Parts: sequence; C-alpha cells; structure tokens
Amino acid sequence: MRVNMFQLAKSLDEALAALTDGCMLVVPREVSGVPMAATRALIRRGVKRLHLVALPTSSLQADLLIGAGCVETLETSAVSLGEFGPAPRFTAAIIAGAIKMKDATCPALHAGLQAAEKGVPFMPLRGLIGSDVLAYRDDWKVIDSPFGNSDPIVLLPAIKPDVALIHATMADRFGNVWIGRQRELATMAHAAVKTIATVEKIHDGNLLDDPVLAAGTLPGFYVESAVVAERGAWPLGLPDYYAADADHLAEYAALAATEDGFAEYLERYVYDKRAA
Amino acid sequence: MTNARRDFRDEELLADVIARLIGDVRHIAVGNASPIPATAALLARERGKGRPYVSLLQSRKHNFFTDGARELFDCAGQGRIDVFFLSGGQIDGAGNVNLVSTGDYEHPKVRFPGSFGSAYLYYVVPKVILFRVEHSRRTLVPKVDFISAPGASAGNIYRPGGPIALVTSRCLFSFANGRFTLASVHPGHTVEEVIENTGFDFERPTSVPKTPAPTGATLTLLRETVAPQLAEVYPQFAAQVFGIGQAAVAQ
Repeated sequence: MRVNMFQLAKSLDEALAALTDGCMLVVPREVSGVPMAATRALIRRGVKRLHLVALPTSSLQADLLIGAGCVETLETSAVSLGEFGPAPRFTAAIIAGAIKMKDATCPALHAGLQAAEKGVPFMPLRGLIGSDVLAYRDDWKVIDSPFGNSDPIVLLPAIKPDVALIHATMADRFGNVWIGRQRELATMAHAAVKTIATVEKIHDGNLLDDPVLAAGTLPGFYVESAVVAERGAWPLGLPDYYAADADHLAEYAALAATEDGFAEYLERYVYDKRAA
Repeated sequence: MTNARRDFRDEELLADVIARLIGDVRHIAVGNASPIPATAALLARERGKGRPYVSLLQSRKHNFFTDGARELFDCAGQGRIDVFFLSGGQIDGAGNVNLVSTGDYEHPKVRFPGSFGSAYLYYVVPKVILFRVEHSRRTLVPKVDFISAPGASAGNIYRPGGPIALVTSRCLFSFANGRFTLASVHPGHTVEEVIENTGFDFERPTSVPKTPAPTGATLTLLRETVAPQLAEVYPQFAAQVFGIGQAAVAQ
C-alpha cells in the first residue's frame, strides 16, 4: 500500500494559503495554462506587494494583478494583450511609476529559474551585451568567459520564487499534476519553494503508474497544494483543452482602458463571486 | 495606399517579400504578435513542400518543441534557428530596436510591452528580418530612446546573428555594414515618399527597383492553404485579412 502524504485542498482559498503578501510569485505565459480563477481569488483576498515573475511574458493575469494593486515589483520580458492590444493597466502603472519594473528578456528568465533548479548561484547567457536591458539591471554581471576566447558573457543570478502558481489539466490524489508539453511549469515548480496547482479535474489512480502520462507529470513531491478549478484558465485558454474567450478579452481591453472601466470589470467579473 | 488595379492586400505583398528574404533554410521561428512574418513562414513552407521547419511560438500545431518555452532559446543558442523576426516601437538607422519605451526609461512617455526575446535572439539567429508595418518618422527614428537589442556589436562580442533587412508598408531595406540600403519600393509608393517618412539616413542606388507584386499562384497559396493554418494563432488577423472564420480554424 502506497503511503499518501498529500491531501487535495477543499477550496481555492485554502489552496492559496501558502501564497502570502510580499512573496515572490512566478506565473507562466498565456499559452501555458494560466491560473486565472486563482488570480481572481487572490484579488478578492486583497493580496499585496507581490514580486511577480512572469515566465517569460504575461497578458491578462499581470494586467489584472497590477490594476488591482497587488504588485510591487514586476519582473518579465513583456506584458501585452496580444491581438487585443497593449495591456492597459500595466502601461498606466509604468507611466505613473506605480510599480518597480525589472525588464528582462525571455531566455534570461528561463536561465534564472534553471539556475535555481540546479541549486547554483547563476547561469551564463549569450546576447544582452550592448542592450539597455542589461544596462538597467544592476543585479546582472558581465565577466570574461573563463573558457574559450575570454569573450565577455553575462551572468544572471538564480531566480528563487517563494511560490509557483500554475493551472493544468489534471491532478491525482497524490498531488501529481499532469502538465503535458508545458515543461516550463516543471521548471517553475523545481525552482520555487512551494507550488500551488489548480486543475480542471481529478485523475482517478496515480498519474505516475502510466508511463505515457508519467512523462508529462510534475511529481507531487514538488506540489504544496492542488485544487479543482473548472475552466480555471478562463478567459484565457488551456492548451489542447479549450480556447481563449475572444469576446471577453475584447471586453476587458475596452473596459481596462480607463481606471473607472477597470473598476467596473473587477466588480462584474472578480468581486462578484457568481462570476468567479 | 490603395491602387485601383491591385488585386492583393498589403499584408499579402509583405508576406511575399518576407518569404523571398527567408531563402533556403532549415528552421524559421516566429515570435509573439507577428502575424505577417507567420504568414510568410508558412508560405515558405508551402513553397518548399514542407521545408523549412516552422516554429510559431504561440501555436500548438505549428510548434514541435516538447521541452518547454526555453527550448526555442536553447535551440537558437546552438545555431539551430536560421531565421527570426523582430519589430520595434522604434527602429533606428543602425538597426537598433526599441521594444520598451520612449523618453527617459525611468519616466517614460510611452511604454511598449517589453523586449521579449530580442536581447538574445538578435545576437544568435543568423538572419533576423525586421518588420514594421507603420513606416513613419515616429517609428523609423535617427536614434532609439532605449536599445532593447543593438543592430551591431563590438568585435569581441559573440555575435553570429543580426539584421539582414527591414520590411515596411512602403518599402524593403537591406542591411549590411551597420547601415540600411533602400532595396525596393512597393507598388503604389515612391522613393520620395520613403525619404519623407524615414527618420534615419540610408543608402540608395540611383535607380531603385520596384517590389514585384505577388503572383496569382502565390495569392492562391496564401488564401487557400496558408490562411486557414494561420487562424489557429492569429484568429483576428486571419478574419480581417483573409476572411477566415472560426469554423475554418485548422485543429
């Protein structure tokens, strides 16, 4: 008989308990399974002073958290609503100087999390030299490569988030979470102290018992809590499962263009629990 | 911009121009918010009967990566990606691109989404094709306010990659030795108009060729074969340019 140390959370709020004010939170890009139901729950709870790391970019999730005043520092490569235009609350917050921005480039965020994954203090990366992205990052360093031609190369410190928050298709009762091709969710979980997962459904049995499923599974060893949130990525899509809600995203882009419109959006879709 | 005798759209012409620039390569990657380059990459693949490999970053179907979002960058670092595309809120005459902001970085006037992968991919992908549909003195500037990625690097910097061309709604520039050269002007546009609307200096031959219009065969390929594939990643674009509805989205 297999011993099970894991227990599924009974509610979204219970699952999110480990995510506290002021923590460093890493979240995935919009096509990798974004935990939007959890994001709305965090806004309702009034989470504050997050250091939000979006791997490597974000769309609606970062814009909502910023607009709702939950973010103190944002570390990412880009925030945009894609075909629906600029991310209005992100843009307004940067212009107003309301958040601290740590501009990065996509592979630098991957590399920083990979350093944390390996338990090493830094990771080298090509490119960047001569870019103002590097010029404004005093936490990044340039050395002459100790190997080869002694050419300059950038060193990026490990990014060690307190919490990784992900949304995926399914979890089992052992805390194993099936992430499929979204391997960056595993990198996030390996790098973070704790991982919180919302999932569409519970898988009966153990995901690791099936070798086909096991290859795409994040082991429960890394998972602090998991909870079912059906259509938990809505209005964004979940790969291979459901598409983004284009009408809703267009409505968001229109409303969030102004502060009053954004407040109306929060009332209608975030604070009103029936819409959550 | 419109020409009474034209039977193609600007987007189709630009995709055709970009597909020619791509040439014979093994692997093209296309980043976020790049519907025209994605169209060109898929067109190149149709013409090549399945070669080159095409990786559209936000696609499920047109994306073979299985090791997470980092695999594309690792692939590029090894030289396994031959062509990539970059745009910019501002692009200057030295090929520097700005995807971050205008004015002072600490107190910006305008904020763009951010640098994405540019500060890395511009250095390591051999053929980077710059594209910016809006061709104006606002976008093509003497000097960018923020360098997301520089057009060129000092000799001791590892840099196998960089820009080869800039495609706009008005013309095609080639890029070599740190400068742009006007390579061709698109149908319905003039050299004078290009000079008037470009904020940086560029080279130009005494006689500037006209960009060839897409052929009937190319237009058929674009509309019937490429457009339905595009709709998975760029539904709004596919609907607006090609009239492709959700029903036609290739699953």
